[in-house]
Amino acid sequence: MPDFFAASGMEMFFTTFLGAHDWVPASLLLATWETIYMVAISTFLSYVVGLPLGVILVTTFKGHILENQPLHQVLGSIVNAVRSVPFIIFLILLIPLTRLLVGTYIGTVASIVPLTLAAIPFVARLVETSLKEIEWGLVEAALSMGASAWQIISKVLLPEAKPALLLGVAITAINLVGYSAMAGIVGGGGLGTLAYFYGYQRYQVVVMWSSVVVLVVLVQGMQMLGDSLAAKVVNKRR
Amino acid sequence: MTWAGRGMYFVCRCVGGSVLIDIRNLTKVFDGAGQQVVALDNVSLTVKKGEIFGIIGLSGAGKSTLVRCINMLEQPTAGQVFVDGREITALKQRELRLARQKIGMIFQHFNLLSSRTVSENVLFPLEIAGAVDDGARQRVTDLLELVGLTDKADVFPDQLSGGQKQRVGIARALANDPKVLLSDEATSALDPQTTRSILKLLRDINSQLNLTILLITHDMQVIKEVCDRVAVIDAARIVEIGDVLRIFSGPRSPAARSLIKTVVSREIPPGLFDFSRKKQGQAAAKLIRVSFIGAAAGEPVISSMIKKFDVDANILYGNVDRIKDTPFGNLTLEIIGEPGSLTAALDYLGCRGLEVEVLPHA
Repeated sequence: MPDFFAASGMEMFFTTFLGAHDWVPASLLLATWETIYMVAISTFLSYVVGLPLGVILVTTFKGHILENQPLHQVLGSIVNAVRSVPFIIFLILLIPLTRLLVGTYIGTVASIVPLTLAAIPFVARLVETSLKEIEWGLVEAALSMGASAWQIISKVLLPEAKPALLLGVAITAINLVGYSAMAGIVGGGGLGTLAYFYGYQRYQVVVMWSSVVVLVVLVQGMQMLGDSLAAKVVNKRR
Repeated sequence: MTWAGRGMYFVCRCVGGSVLIDIRNLTKVFDGAGQQVVALDNVSLTVKKGEIFGIIGLSGAGKSTLVRCINMLEQPTAGQVFVDGREITALKQRELRLARQKIGMIFQHFNLLSSRTVSENVLFPLEIAGAVDDGARQRVTDLLELVGLTDKADVFPDQLSGGQKQRVGIARALANDPKVLLSDEATSALDPQTTRSILKLLRDINSQLNLTILLITHDMQVIKEVCDRVAVIDAARIVEIGDVLRIFSGPRSPAARSLIKTVVSREIPPGLFDFSRKKQGQAAAKLIRVSFIGAAAGEPVISSMIKKFDVDANILYGNVDRIKDTPFGNLTLEIIGEPGSLTAALDYLGCRGLEVEVLPHA
């Protein structure tokens, strides 16, 4: 275990108040990094698929610019089906697929597969809700100018929904922090693994609690970042 | 004439004449939950190039559906719409998008993009048309000057008042140099003073650019201030159509009459009526309403009638107003005299170009 944290304030904090072992800060830092890494990559990937999916869900709805009820129904059902599976079950169900894609189902990179796949339908619904909030009159105004469906999506729906979409990213990332902790229980790495294996199974209370504290801080930070980015966009328009 | 021949005649009339919008037998039925709602029932009308045409009706009468069928925001159930000779109702998606670029539209709630500044909003239709260049930017500047918002170019719509927002809406609607401007209750969310300034702007644009405007409203004041011709729509049908002056001076349909009542008072206050009856003497009396338009309003017709026919006139109620630029008024009076002179007096008024209506002596 590297001991470059030995003299750090954080180590002092742990040893003084929690009586931890000297490896705690290092593994905590590593686990935090793993969690951030997993959450960031899977948030990004889930938007790559979930954002277009959300746009399709909105625009294929009855009376919308790309009305296609069968497609809307099918996609909606798939989204609901995936969302109704508890994440812990979902993790296990996806093991063969994860193995196929990554070669293993244990570890940080492997966790990204179930995290992303679970987040996609969630993101799709968040995007759908954000875009539905846009007044229909704006779409109609663009239609009256001769805008195409793509122009309406790229110039009206997405820019108008930008504050809500940014908040959605924060909500997704926060959800994925929770999911990633669950993934940790089956060996996904990150703060979940740390808390479960060291904290719970070896009953190292300090490790468990420090993981929880870091998770709380992470979630708070993400929410604050999301809020301030959204507020920045809104304020610019006022 | 054969049916084919008749069809040709209609096509020629539309292309060759000064008709810009030609709506023929338009019907729109909405399929509600298990029941059908007829929003437009076989509506036909034409709008001439360069005129301001108003469509008025109470909410739910179908006027909004009608204007939205012109740019196919609403798909008609039956019937045809021609704009500048092209059948809009027969266009394919792509052609329809191109045609829509030449049909400007403004809305009750402005529908400006909050993510864009004023000038970006005006540029928006030019972007859609794929025409963003220096010329387009110059056009945005010119349009903002036209609507009097040069100083607001870089401001976001949230910072504007309702009237300013509608000015941006107007500038935006004019960006692609449209053949017609459709106005869907554009002043209904504005206060009376702002409404007047927006209406003045529409009139200026109409006369400066010779732009045809089709507006719908539930407010007769709007019709009175800007329109040349008006169609009154009631329960999905057009019940009356004609020059605004004609409809104001002699409404034929109950719907038109009740709408006019909202802006031009034609009723005698009840108290006055009792008073007049008490003063009635032995001679015959008739209660009449005289409407006068334009030049007639300036002549002392009533006073010469009194002198010429030896009748007395008791003026009960009068009102002078202005429709667009024409003075318009009506006068309710009781004329008293010998039956013979009364008839002659009424004929005289008719000959002087006044519209005379004998009211029942209640």
